[in-house]
Amino acid sequence: MAARPVVEARGIHKHFGAHHVLKGVDLVLAERELAFVIGPSGSGKSTLLRCLNRLEEPSSGSVMVDGVDMLDARTDLNHARQRVGMVFQSFNLYPHMTALGNVTLALRKVAGKSSAEADALGQSALARVGLADRAGHTPGQLSGGQQQRVAIARAIALEPRVMLFDEPTSALDPELVGSVLAVMRDLRQSGMAMVVVSHEMGFARNAADRVLFMDQGLIVEEGTPAQIFESPAQERTRAFIGQIQKH
Amino acid sequence: MTNWDRFLETFFNAKMMARYLPDILQGALVTIQIAGLVIVCGLLLGLALALLRSIGLRPLNLLIVFVVDLFRALPPLVIIVFIYFGLPASGVKNWGFIATWLSLTFVLMAFSEEIFWAGITSIPKGQWEAARSTGLSFGQTLINVVLPQALRLTIPPLTNRTIAITKGTALASVVAVGEILGMASSAVSNSYNPSPLTMAAIGYLILFLPLVVFGRWLETRMAWKR
Repeated sequence: MAARPVVEARGIHKHFGAHHVLKGVDLVLAERELAFVIGPSGSGKSTLLRCLNRLEEPSSGSVMVDGVDMLDARTDLNHARQRVGMVFQSFNLYPHMTALGNVTLALRKVAGKSSAEADALGQSALARVGLADRAGHTPGQLSGGQQQRVAIARAIALEPRVMLFDEPTSALDPELVGSVLAVMRDLRQSGMAMVVVSHEMGFARNAADRVLFMDQGLIVEEGTPAQIFESPAQERTRAFIGQIQKH
Repeated sequence: MTNWDRFLETFFNAKMMARYLPDILQGALVTIQIAGLVIVCGLLLGLALALLRSIGLRPLNLLIVFVVDLFRALPPLVIIVFIYFGLPASGVKNWGFIATWLSLTFVLMAFSEEIFWAGITSIPKGQWEAARSTGLSFGQTLINVVLPQALRLTIPPLTNRTIAITKGTALASVVAVGEILGMASSAVSNSYNPSPLTMAAIGYLILFLPLVVFGRWLETRMAWKR
């Protein structure tokens, strides 16, 4: 019997009023797998990601994470969300707290750790992203790359089963992108299942197991990075890849 | 007698000031009592309404907005007179004091609710999403993430409003409350000399200037590096 997938989303539809953003999307993610989602803006990539932890409510479909039905009214959503770490384009760190405070808040309030336990776990999460020495800094005192790494630490401290990255490097100055990608690569090597929405094609090429191309609310094509980047089967995929590689 | 002497005689008459100082001090005590009660009750009620409003129940929010707009639209003096003369409890002891306290409390509640609400809604959606994505509940996010940031933003407008409304304690003189202005007015009627009013003005400065300075101090203390 095959191992249970970490994420199993089936037939996801999402309407925003009259706007049909997701038109029946399936996403199944195996243990230790990294799925990389590309596509033009407005194709529904971010919405798909946000449906997985129910920041957006899917209009229909099913989402299972680690065997837990995320859409079931009986599911303790706040508890289930600890299994799904999320990293945002704009970091969204709490500006009134230190880096350590950002990382430990949910450990204390949701996971029920004591302050001492939370601080120890928070410190080790910050160490994993290379920021052990910045624990006492507030977000305003950190660079964009450091802020995003704190945001990653905040998510991984809860020991999620899967990490969702929503354009994690798009808001960063080019010279700061590398440090964030390095942390993501580390995470990948440790076996974390990940769904990454991003334009970092270089990262996709050497870290992704699977690349999904989305357009107009559908997954148009998916395959290995080599397939998608070198010999896409669909015309729309080819056009998109061509456009990106011109830059 | 020069004009200058006449001026001093009229507004800074030492004899009159000495005679009525105890009255003014007694009035200051009443002003402090009303002001303190209004600030504490008004701000707490305003914050409570803003928190209730953030839950997002439509009928409740319509009710809150209606009440808030009502008390923002009515002149405080009208509310005081209405409660003082209009409500059936007008035989109660210290009713003028209570009427003023309730009226200004409602007015501060209304204005501070709007300010707290503006503060809460000005916190970027990403803050809510980040917190909720780590499993924090709505309430935990509000209390731990949104409110601390919102309160910092609200301090300057809140201080201004609080001072403006608290100064309205002087309106209590209309409903026979012996606060600073009330004491000074009756002293002026009894003595035919406006010097007690000078003392009242100085009294208000002594009471409210520290409040202004305190607001400024809070503002700088609460600031954090963005």
